[in-house]
Amino acid sequence: MHSDQDRAPLWLRLLAYGGIGFLFLPIAVIIIYAFNAESAGYSFPPKGFTLAWFPAAFARNDVMQAIGLSLQLALLATVLALVLGTLAAAALYRREFFGKDAITMMLILPIALPGIITGIALLSAFRLADIPSGFWTIAVGHATFCVVVIYNNVVARFRRLSYSLVEASQDLGADMFQTFRYVVLPQIATALLAGGMLAFALSFDEIIVTTFTAGNEVTLPIWMLNQLTRPRDVPITNVVAMTVMLITALPILAAYYLTRGTEDTAGSGK
Amino acid sequence: MSIAVQFHQVSRHYDSVRAVDDISLEIAEGEFFSMLGPSGSGKTTSLRLIAGFEQPTSGSIRIFGQEAAGLPPNLRAVNTVFQDYALFPHMNVLDNVAYGLMLKGVPKSERHRRAEEMLELVKLGQYGSRRPSALSGGQRQRVALARALTLQPRVLLLDEPLGALDLKLREQMQTELKSLQRQLGITFVFVTHDQGEAMSMSDRVAVFNKGRIEQVAAPQVLYNQPATAFVADFVGAANVFDGPLAATLAGLEQPFAVRPERIRPAGQLDGDVVRVPGKLLDIQYLGAVSRYEVEVLGEKVVSMVLPNEHDTQAAPAVIGSAITLAWQRQAMLPLAG
Repeated sequence: MHSDQDRAPLWLRLLAYGGIGFLFLPIAVIIIYAFNAESAGYSFPPKGFTLAWFPAAFARNDVMQAIGLSLQLALLATVLALVLGTLAAAALYRREFFGKDAITMMLILPIALPGIITGIALLSAFRLADIPSGFWTIAVGHATFCVVVIYNNVVARFRRLSYSLVEASQDLGADMFQTFRYVVLPQIATALLAGGMLAFALSFDEIIVTTFTAGNEVTLPIWMLNQLTRPRDVPITNVVAMTVMLITALPILAAYYLTRGTEDTAGSGK
Repeated sequence: MSIAVQFHQVSRHYDSVRAVDDISLEIAEGEFFSMLGPSGSGKTTSLRLIAGFEQPTSGSIRIFGQEAAGLPPNLRAVNTVFQDYALFPHMNVLDNVAYGLMLKGVPKSERHRRAEEMLELVKLGQYGSRRPSALSGGQRQRVALARALTLQPRVLLLDEPLGALDLKLREQMQTELKSLQRQLGITFVFVTHDQGEAMSMSDRVAVFNKGRIEQVAAPQVLYNQPATAFVADFVGAANVFDGPLAATLAGLEQPFAVRPERIRPAGQLDGDVVRVPGKLLDIQYLGAVSRYEVEVLGEKVVSMVLPNEHDTQAAPAVIGSAITLAWQRQAMLPLAG
């Protein structure tokens, strides 16, 4: 049993629960009204419980296409970012050369830059190069900030990795590819997984850069934004939002369990 | 006996830093060869030049007669024991030791059998399934040794492998390494900054200083005939006398050194001896011996080491009192510049 002295004062606990409530109540509203029998919006209390909106939502072509497009985009942007981010981290973490700081800065900038700037810049560049907006332009746009996430994760892992592991591998006869395959990749795997999850989530719900680079494509966030002008579809939107939550939460949970307890073995073996 | 490793006028420069500066040396096959020097003296860089982690700025490195400059580490028939062991943390001990064989495409059962043999050799037969993180420092050291020996290199490079171990373990490993080297008959190139370690294990020692080699010789020769003041001072303790002091004390133009244990209170020595009056500054009790710090000619502090069983009556024990030191003329080690 805890004594009273161990507990935080009442006002502090109220503040903490208030904070949690502020963060999660709106999400609860979405979930509750996904099961609401009334179609016209958010009257309280809910009019009744129904599962009818689920088949209705998944029967709609625009919903399924938007989800499919966003999944493909997030996957492609993540794969691009995994390759480019890892290469950039490997090139930059150990060597000192003229202009290194500038290159690092330019690499990290897209995540700090307002999306609207990235969006306009990309749009102008694509126009100038006569590249039509579409799937590939969105993917490249998303990759610009996804690379940063991977780079940051991998470079942090590289810094904790003793370079003598790489030398030991070479010393025992491994060429560059074997060293990467058998020594480096296992060491950075969890960093790639964690970075990849984050990159995927960033791309999946990105709307600003997407708006500028999408052309006629409708990704899931754009579809949701468009829904605001159609109040009769509110339960459908809620069902989709809930599905998105599940889609993003499950991999993050999985990543958490997969990477749990591997942090302490990623070092130099000291 | 053939030459295992040969350096011919090898230099390794980083911008303005001459890490290794025009070194030539030969290491014989089957030799236990140590590279000894303070940190930054070029000994580790020289080892890395043999391993292939560094490439020489100029000069030629031959390993068993074959030019190695330009060859990457994976194409050299030498293996390395790293200072931080560099065991792969995601593999168990057996897979660590079998790594080199795995790369060569040796089937799993065969390479595990040979890795087991290597682990037996370093007395870690039971530890194959453990992760490196579950081993003590001394055990990791042995795994690193077994891993480097699995490919049966003709030259084994050891980069301060005992530096992280505590004193008892270090002494035990010194004995084991030496007997392992005798048993395998392969060339060991051993980098250390610990002169005692180098002296006790090596057939020959190269003393490094500022990117250059001061002297290459057997331990007894290094101790009894040091070529330079640096060697005299770094290998064992030495009182180095140079310039006017050398002239005043012994009538020599050349600098010379005298080992502290060769110096006695004047009364204990006869014959052709050099005597010098001084003042006792300090006595340090070290167990078997005591070290006396004596200021001579008002400027130079000289160390004298006396065994403790017969010193009590003969030596003055009052700090600040006058004492006359003496040493045999043949105890003076002439030094080059």
